[in-house]
Amino acid sequence: MNSPIRVLLAKVGLDGHDRGVKVVARALRDAGMDVIYSGLHRTPDEVVTAAIQEDVDVLGVSLLSGVQMTVFPKILDQLKKQGADDMIVVAGGVMPDEDVAALKQMGVKEVMLQDTPPQAIIDTLKKLVAERGPR
Amino acid sequence: MNKILDQKSLDRLESEIAAWEANEVAAFLKKQAERREQFFTIGDIPLKRVYTAADVAGTPIEDIGLPGRYPFTRGPYPTMYRSRFWTMRQIAGFGTGEDTNKRFKFLIAQGQTGLSTDFDMPTLMGYDSDHPMSEGEVGREGVAIDTLADMEALFDGIDLENISVSMTINPSAWILLAMYVALAQKRGLDLNKLSGTIQADILKEYMAQKEYCYPIAPSVRIVRDAITYCAEHMKRYNPINISGYHISEAGSSPLQEVAFTLANGIVYVEEALKTGMDVDKFAPRLAFYFVAQGDFFEEIAKFRAARRCWAKIMKNRFGAKNQDSMRLRFHCQTAAATLTKPQHQINIVRTALQALSAVLGGCQSLHTNGYDEAFAIPTEDAMRMALRTQQIIAEETNVTNVVDPLGGSYLVESLTDEYEKRIFEILDYVDAHGGTIKLIEEGWFQKQIADFAYETALRKQNGEKSVIGVNKFVMRDEEAGIETHPYDPTTAERQIARTRRVRATRDNAKVNALLEELVAVAKDERANIMPITIALVANGATMGDIIEKLKGLWGSYRETPVF
Repeated sequence: MNSPIRVLLAKVGLDGHDRGVKVVARALRDAGMDVIYSGLHRTPDEVVTAAIQEDVDVLGVSLLSGVQMTVFPKILDQLKKQGADDMIVVAGGVMPDEDVAALKQMGVKEVMLQDTPPQAIIDTLKKLVAERGPR
Repeated sequence: MNKILDQKSLDRLESEIAAWEANEVAAFLKKQAERREQFFTIGDIPLKRVYTAADVAGTPIEDIGLPGRYPFTRGPYPTMYRSRFWTMRQIAGFGTGEDTNKRFKFLIAQGQTGLSTDFDMPTLMGYDSDHPMSEGEVGREGVAIDTLADMEALFDGIDLENISVSMTINPSAWILLAMYVALAQKRGLDLNKLSGTIQADILKEYMAQKEYCYPIAPSVRIVRDAITYCAEHMKRYNPINISGYHISEAGSSPLQEVAFTLANGIVYVEEALKTGMDVDKFAPRLAFYFVAQGDFFEEIAKFRAARRCWAKIMKNRFGAKNQDSMRLRFHCQTAAATLTKPQHQINIVRTALQALSAVLGGCQSLHTNGYDEAFAIPTEDAMRMALRTQQIIAEETNVTNVVDPLGGSYLVESLTDEYEKRIFEILDYVDAHGGTIKLIEEGWFQKQIADFAYETALRKQNGEKSVIGVNKFVMRDEEAGIETHPYDPTTAERQIARTRRVRATRDNAKVNALLEELVAVAKDERANIMPITIALVANGATMGDIIEKLKGLWGSYRETPVF
């Protein structure tokens, strides 16, 4: 039997919008994934440390405060330094199209914006984990 | 108690309705079924096929009443928009004080009648612009304010005695209020002539918006201090805007929005009463803030029921005597969470309909969202369009010529009654389970909100809740073709330079002495924190100086998330 996909969902920076991340957490949990939610106001370093300690397959970061271009480079860089750059990083929230393209360029595997149906998020994570293959 | 119908007329009407259902309705349903088995409002209130006088037969006529008269169901004032339109108050804020000042002047030039200030995340959370947590956030989603010098730039050339200014800020609100007072004093203005509102509703932060610094008890004490300070010194100023907007945006139902907001209002009244101040001295300046959501008639009923419930709470629960203490006045904003990225121009239509419900519901001021806010904070063009939407409702539709034009609508009155009943049920539940603060600590409100948010997401996914452009009438290969508000990369540098200049030129010994005095005042539960804070900001203390100093005394708040 396959072990469930492990996901850390995180809020980084001062952003308090947690409606979306909590909906996603519940949808993934209902789909049988192991879900950890960081709670609000975390730093990139805290999130990376938690993701490595919890040995997650996917790190999902939700942002509605516009700081994606500050936060994601730090997270990806820190993952690399810790030798964990095989971790699947995805983003969610509200951000402009040019930032979505830039994030994908730098290694964020998928960006799921507002109004993405929960099932589409579940399917995307399953697909990304299957593509990565067993660890 | 006067009723709309006497028993004989009611009996006759009910038998007529029964006959209509057995004949016309039954025959028609055989030919064509209805679109759904059952119809509900967005807030899950079941709707009948048609409403008649029978549905309001039990409503006391005095509960519907007249505008400007208790219980204010039909409006807080007797003449409403026949005298003066609501205040058209578009929120604005980005970059530094100078940047937002330009936007303010643009909006005033477009016919806006009040100002509303949006602050960046560091300011909202009480961090100075050069704090490590502020990186990337300075001036991005609102204006950055660290010191009184920033406030001077923000309001440069704006006559504060003649325009009302609203400030959307919470845990650090009292510091902004102190800066506003210090600025007015520096300009030699009369504090009693300043009109405006500071949001300062900390309880809904723990419930929904999640901007907080300190644990709940000292945070509520600060709110109390601002309320009593304003009651003494700023007669026209609203020291709090008790807000449902963020509760709704965090995912609640419209019913939860209003009920939770009134629950918070009750706590603030109780806290202010504990200082020994008479309820009628401070309650007239308590202001409210609700969303205008998508369900047109439900929203109108929600606003009417909110007024009626608050009036009854103030009269019956708190023994208010002054009509002004019972008169709920509210600011309204259209629902940002209903805006879509696909086919973004249709957001103009959504916003217009929501704004119309706010006006028909009797709002005192209104912000209409920009069509581009599913992308970024709004451009000037989007804000002009949003303001024009209000101006069309005010000047062209004529809905403003009669007070409460939907009063007496069987549906609207019936929904208003239903809302009143359900609001008091929730308030009774809160009272019976230890009160609002205890239930916040237990995560009860947060869970209720998260549950409704999850339901809504599933309903959008399965198409039960239509969202045009997203799950219905989707356009493939759509090009957004939209110009969004740019972030000026020099913002943080410009902002931090001024903050450092203030720190370098102030009398540090004086600031440090005042900070020690602040701690002493904070330790004394009965003391008011406003005067010392005003002295601090007037002497160049930064917001971060004040917030951090008190974190040493009170600690920080961290929530245990529920979902």
